[in-house]
Amino acid sequence: MNGSRRDFLKVSALSGVGLTLLGFDLAPAYAQLRELKMARASETRSTCPYCSVSCGVIIYTIGDKAKNVTPQVIHVEGDPDHPINRGTLCPKGASLEQDIMNPRRLMKPQVRRPGSDHWEDIPWSQAYDEIARWTKKTRDASFIEKDAQGRTINRCEGIAWTGGCTDTNEFNYLVVKTMRSLGLTYIENQARV
Amino acid sequence: MTNGWIDIKNTDMMLIMGGNPAENHPCGFKWVIEAKKTRNAKLIVVDPRFTRTAAISDLFLQIRAGSDIAFLGGLINYALQNNRIAKDYLLHYSSAALLVNEGFKLPEDGFYSGFDPASQSYDRTTWNYAVGNTSGKPVAAPTGPPGHLPTPFPVPLMPEKVAYDLTLQHPLCIFQLLKRQYSRYTPEMVERITGIPKEQFLKAADLFTSGRKDGDMKKVATVIYAVGWTQHTSGTQIIRTAAILQLLLGNVGRAGGGVNALRGHSNIQGATDMAGVFDSLPGYLKVPVPGDTDFKTYIERITPLTVKPAGWESFNYYSNTPKFAVSFLKAMYGPSATKENDWAFHYLPKVDRNFAWTQIWDNMFRGSVKGMFAFGMNGVAIGPDSQKNIEALKKADWLVVGEIYPDETSEFWKSPGITTEEMTQINTTVYRLPAAGFAEKDGTFVNSARWLQWKNVALPLPGEAKLDQEILATIFLKVRELYKKEGGKFPDPILNAWWPYTVPHNPSLAELAKEINGKALADLTDPKTAQVIKAGQQLPGFSWLKADGTTLSGNWLYCGSWTEAGAMTQRRGTDDPSGLGLYPNWAWSWPANRRGMYNRASCDLEGKPWDPSRPQVWWDEGKQAWVGNDVPDFKADSPPKDHMGPFIMNQEGLGRLFAWLNDGPFPEQSCGQKTQDRSRQVRRSRRRLQRHLHHLQTHRALSLLDKEQPDERAAHSRSLRRDSGGTGERVGHQGQ
Repeated sequence: MNGSRRDFLKVSALSGVGLTLLGFDLAPAYAQLRELKMARASETRSTCPYCSVSCGVIIYTIGDKAKNVTPQVIHVEGDPDHPINRGTLCPKGASLEQDIMNPRRLMKPQVRRPGSDHWEDIPWSQAYDEIARWTKKTRDASFIEKDAQGRTINRCEGIAWTGGCTDTNEFNYLVVKTMRSLGLTYIENQARV
Repeated sequence: MTNGWIDIKNTDMMLIMGGNPAENHPCGFKWVIEAKKTRNAKLIVVDPRFTRTAAISDLFLQIRAGSDIAFLGGLINYALQNNRIAKDYLLHYSSAALLVNEGFKLPEDGFYSGFDPASQSYDRTTWNYAVGNTSGKPVAAPTGPPGHLPTPFPVPLMPEKVAYDLTLQHPLCIFQLLKRQYSRYTPEMVERITGIPKEQFLKAADLFTSGRKDGDMKKVATVIYAVGWTQHTSGTQIIRTAAILQLLLGNVGRAGGGVNALRGHSNIQGATDMAGVFDSLPGYLKVPVPGDTDFKTYIERITPLTVKPAGWESFNYYSNTPKFAVSFLKAMYGPSATKENDWAFHYLPKVDRNFAWTQIWDNMFRGSVKGMFAFGMNGVAIGPDSQKNIEALKKADWLVVGEIYPDETSEFWKSPGITTEEMTQINTTVYRLPAAGFAEKDGTFVNSARWLQWKNVALPLPGEAKLDQEILATIFLKVRELYKKEGGKFPDPILNAWWPYTVPHNPSLAELAKEINGKALADLTDPKTAQVIKAGQQLPGFSWLKADGTTLSGNWLYCGSWTEAGAMTQRRGTDDPSGLGLYPNWAWSWPANRRGMYNRASCDLEGKPWDPSRPQVWWDEGKQAWVGNDVPDFKADSPPKDHMGPFIMNQEGLGRLFAWLNDGPFPEQSCGQKTQDRSRQVRRSRRRLQRHLHHLQTHRALSLLDKEQPDERAAHSRSLRRDSGGTGERVGHQGQ
């Protein structure tokens, strides 16, 4: 890419100066007109979470540095520096803004109790306590230390972990550390399916 | 991928099968177009459907689903019959010249030698290399893909010295066996099985192998595939057939060549590397089995010994397995993993059977799996049988879902068809925890080209959502607290899991990434260069790993990704000095920032590139070292005259034309599980159709009320809308 967006803005502003010859100064008006929302956005380099090409994307956010303002993603576009996608995105990737800022996003921890037909809100701390209790109960009930031949197997057969395809490597490593330590062997991922 | 996305631009010939990258990987597919435009590369697409990829192909063949091995086997036969093979490559870089045991028999009557009807499996004793002239003692040698489980008949011990015949004439040399095996795959047979007319097949075979006309080695062809191959019960054998074909043509290890899995999602490759599946540990280390009564037994079982023809060399890189395994256990259990306690080996659960995806649901259905964590994974919506997964979840005690959207798994208890009354009978407690979207967390994804790319946090979490790692760490620490307080079954691994994180309940992904890379636990010195790594420093690469507990690394394969110089995965260098699209300073590629795997094979026996216009690596006589545009995938100082095999991850150092898969050393087109299940499927789909027709009839009754809309389809959609409270009129109109 020759010339950045900012260069373009500068040129636009200069051409406004030329118009002072008309007897009135249009420059401030032009300047204001050209002060696009994008120009004051933060640019964050990220990776598209959809397919395995892993296109580079730039996420434009505003309000992320101000107090009492909800940060907004205003635009997502392909990263022109990225060697593979070179600024392009497919239609799915181009709509990433709607994946990030989506009214359907889950906002609170919830629980569905046995026999219930609805979700209830639950505080995080209570959810953690209950899940930890379930985990221990099921593990203790299903843990096998030795197999029929008396060989050590130290396995918990009552709990399964299923992981997804947008879990990061670092998170997946933490899964190995915690779940194998609990004795889980039912550890599977989208990588299998 | 053995190669990478951008590397596709270097090819002369493409075979895309079992994938539709034009639609499913559009921004990677541009490199296919680039190859067509700049190199006049040809594209052959073989698919049951005329896809958008097929639409821009030079040749499209419509194949009967599931007959891929017949087609590829036909290509192998064509290449062999017409001498369109890479002779030197085959002779010195593949196992073509090695001899097999005398008792071995090809499946001319339907079975390879050693079939045991009782266990419906093969005794593979005869599937072995023949013993060579010098020192023929067999060596203990696990083979096959990492993580393979014990079978009734284990893989045979291979001889330390293998017999071979460089004239390729011996009737038991692998080349001759291969030739005989695929001689049955005639164009006529291909037509009969795949449904591809003989003329079309011959046209494709001629085109695909045209690069090897007259023994020319300059041109390169690539094979590109996706789940259209992998999601078969015979998927492994389909891919092996492609690998054999590419070895025959001398296309593996070369720019524009290779066998390239497109992979599906953003971090499927990473999840596989990081052992997201039950039968491996990070970096493709094999899982322990009950027979591994101590660490020594385990290591001896999983560390392959060198097997090779006398006079040849083999690097056998997996002989370093003990270093990888000890470093992994040190990362898992830190100071609690000591030489005295076998590096806490027994903290790891032992695997003795299949614990894969379908088994989880099956055993939950049968009542032995009581609890499930699903993080970013919608198990009800994917996989072969949603209804069964819903039934299974009804029987579980608890389910914890970490998600960013409501999904079918967390709402299985109110899936379509379940009444409020029925819900009272479902006793599963479901927790749905709001997690972080990709833009709210950092960390790395690995793409199909094996690039680890770090992404940055763009905005804070919405509402009460939390980072995935915070949720997981907090749950684990709470469980640990309970075990500390109350005791319980074998609490040692839980209490001793190494937890050095600054904020224990919320470890940063950067800290985890550093731990995955690994660091020195004592001062280390490289005896050759006298370079010193101080205790506590990040390791520069996996060659530094030690089996004595002085290093730790969560995944040896990623060692080098976060060194003392910082996160290699965050690099953004856009330079590509070779023009081959390697981009060595962009992010980081495993292993060792190598962009093309097996690249020693891109050179001839003297170490000169087969195609000087696409030089990847070469032997520098002056420096007495392998150098080049890419990181050499080879022992850096092994001169060509030593005849070391380029496939350094195999014991023989050679590309395997003959391998130890459960159902045969050479792939064979068979009806497979799929056809066996066919009759069952037909019955099931017939039942479904009946239900559907019943449904239509019910709604036809409704449609009769509305004379203006005689069209059944419109009536159907209208009545559906009516059921959900919409206005039938408007939808009915749209339905036309």
